[in-house]
Amino acid sequence: MNELAERLARRYDAEGWHEQRKDLASISIPALRVRDVLAWLRDEEGYKHLSFITAIDNIERGVFTLTYTVRNHDTKHSLMVHADIIRENPVVDSVHLLWEQAWTYQRELKEWFGIDCPGSPRKDEEFVLEGWDQLPMMRRDFDSLAYSNATYAERPGRVTHDPAAYMKAQLYPEADQ
Amino acid sequence: MIADIFVRIGYAAISLFILTNYGLLLIGSMARISAKVQGRVGQPVWQPYIDIIKSIAKRNSIGHGVMFYLGPVFRLAGGIGTYMFIPAVFGSVLFRNFSDSGDLLLVMYFIFFGQLGMALGASEGGHPYSALGVSRGLAQMTAFEVPFALSVIAVVIQYGTLDITAIVAAQQGGFLNWTLFTNPLAVLAAMIAFLGMSGHNPFSVVLAPQEIPIGPPTEYHSNLLGMLQTNRAVFNGAKLVLYMNLFFGGATNIVIMVIKTFLIYFINIFVGQAFPRFRTDQSIRFFLGVPTVVGIISVIIAVL
Amino acid sequence: MSSKKIEMAPLANEGLPLEERALFCDVPPREYEPARGVIEDFYNWARSQSLWILGFGTGCGAIELRPLMTSRFDMYRFGIQPRATPRQSSVFVIGGYASVKTLKRIVRSYEQMMGPKFVVALGSCTINGGMYWDSYNTIKRIDQYIPVDTYITGCMPRPEALLAGFQELKKIIRAGRAEGQNLYARNFEWYKENQKKVIKDWNMPDYNW
Repeated sequence: MNELAERLARRYDAEGWHEQRKDLASISIPALRVRDVLAWLRDEEGYKHLSFITAIDNIERGVFTLTYTVRNHDTKHSLMVHADIIRENPVVDSVHLLWEQAWTYQRELKEWFGIDCPGSPRKDEEFVLEGWDQLPMMRRDFDSLAYSNATYAERPGRVTHDPAAYMKAQLYPEADQ
Repeated sequence: MIADIFVRIGYAAISLFILTNYGLLLIGSMARISAKVQGRVGQPVWQPYIDIIKSIAKRNSIGHGVMFYLGPVFRLAGGIGTYMFIPAVFGSVLFRNFSDSGDLLLVMYFIFFGQLGMALGASEGGHPYSALGVSRGLAQMTAFEVPFALSVIAVVIQYGTLDITAIVAAQQGGFLNWTLFTNPLAVLAAMIAFLGMSGHNPFSVVLAPQEIPIGPPTEYHSNLLGMLQTNRAVFNGAKLVLYMNLFFGGATNIVIMVIKTFLIYFINIFVGQAFPRFRTDQSIRFFLGVPTVVGIISVIIAVL
Repeated sequence: MSSKKIEMAPLANEGLPLEERALFCDVPPREYEPARGVIEDFYNWARSQSLWILGFGTGCGAIELRPLMTSRFDMYRFGIQPRATPRQSSVFVIGGYASVKTLKRIVRSYEQMMGPKFVVALGSCTINGGMYWDSYNTIKRIDQYIPVDTYITGCMPRPEALLAGFQELKKIIRAGRAEGQNLYARNFEWYKENQKKVIKDWNMPDYNW
């Protein structure tokens, strides 16, 4: 498989080959070459199946890390292709022409992270949420707790225990003395 | 003359009342027997009564126009009409209903009248599942009508009359005179049609409560649902009595009627607990296959 | 059955497109007075003995409703059975967490049920949010949006707990205290305000008949 890493590095400046398992590896590529890399993987290397697309909010580095997982069913090997795009302007090429089902994932990216894939069908329609008017909720700068407290009425009297300490006090009260 | 008619109406009302209660208890006890087969305790025998009271006790209801209200009325009229022209107990004044005013063809018409009225009413409800249920029901009905009609034709040819009382009279004097033994093929075809008619398991896709579309009564509620539930009891009872009269020698007193109809209905449970549900297209193919052929053969035998 | 007429302004149905507004009802729900004395007691007994559950599993807790049908738990012996349509069912079991998107459907289904109607809220999530206490799209108290008769705690409650909850509901109905429908009609504006606060894209009639 390292031959593949070398070829990817030579052709597309890929770096950081990481062997997760025998049948799963990951590699990082520049975001501008996403479509080229995936097309090449699909047509030349036999990674014919797009398993899924997702994104990771690396807020510390100021980037979204896109993850395209493709699979080669002949060699039974999956490859995760990472690509960083800057958070301020999250735009990436659409891959729906390579795999038609990609538009669903890209619609999801649009709603959950605000990542735009120009040209992807129905990308601006609602995906899971209805009437969402806040920051895309999977971004880490969206404060879920604050939003929940401000929006949803709470029943008074809710307390939280540390499970270990609480069960210890319940079951072994003598241990504290 | 007038007094005579009123007495008969009074008798018919009593007979209908008894049949309704019997039908409700029959539904309840069959549900309980099914539960036992499945290893459950099951609902109380009187659960159908409670359900009807509950439906009537609902505080509000909505309508979808005149036809919507008329749907259950037609259905109930179909059930009562079917029963009214069948002699429930042979030779009994109380249970003879209006059997001498109509014949077998009228009864057969009434059996299908309710379903057609229901189709009009349920479609008025506007719910897509109602229309779906009605189309399934009508398709299945059209299919099981074929073997049923063929076996009725065979019986009519055999006895040379359309009068149900005369057919029962011809079967008196020992169980070997029953149609069951004199024309077994017609009975076979009719009994298979009966499975479809009562909507138990192999053919329950029309009204299966656990299916997403509950069938024609999807939009019906409150009093209207109460009417439909009552009709279910009346209609079941009427069909059982009709089958008993045509094929199983009728009944000379009410105890024999109860025993015979209970056993006829029990065939449903027997088959229903053993076989899974057919899809509509499967059940149509089934009815138009072997049962129809058996029906045709029975007619041919009766003619010869 | 007599009924009290309450003067209320017709509903605007502003969430609907103009051409559709006339298709839906604009009359708010009204309160229904119970029948008198023994009759109402008898009716309440029948209602409690014939609980038809709306077959709408709103959350993960709905998985606990399925075992009730099986031979082991057998809810039919208590007169409980599932029903596929809101028109005929009398009990709405809120199965655990309700996201905003589901709440919309819950409100719609609840309003379509014929009264008297009862609500059993199942699981911790319906009571105080449970494990979804900080979620961005899960409501924390179902009783802010529809009236609730019984709560069943647990995450998840076992089917036995559900049966116990239904027995409790029966007692409440027998005692004539299960008047959720009237409560909803009386506080209709408050409920609507709460509902519209969380359901941002209100694209359905204000009251669904």
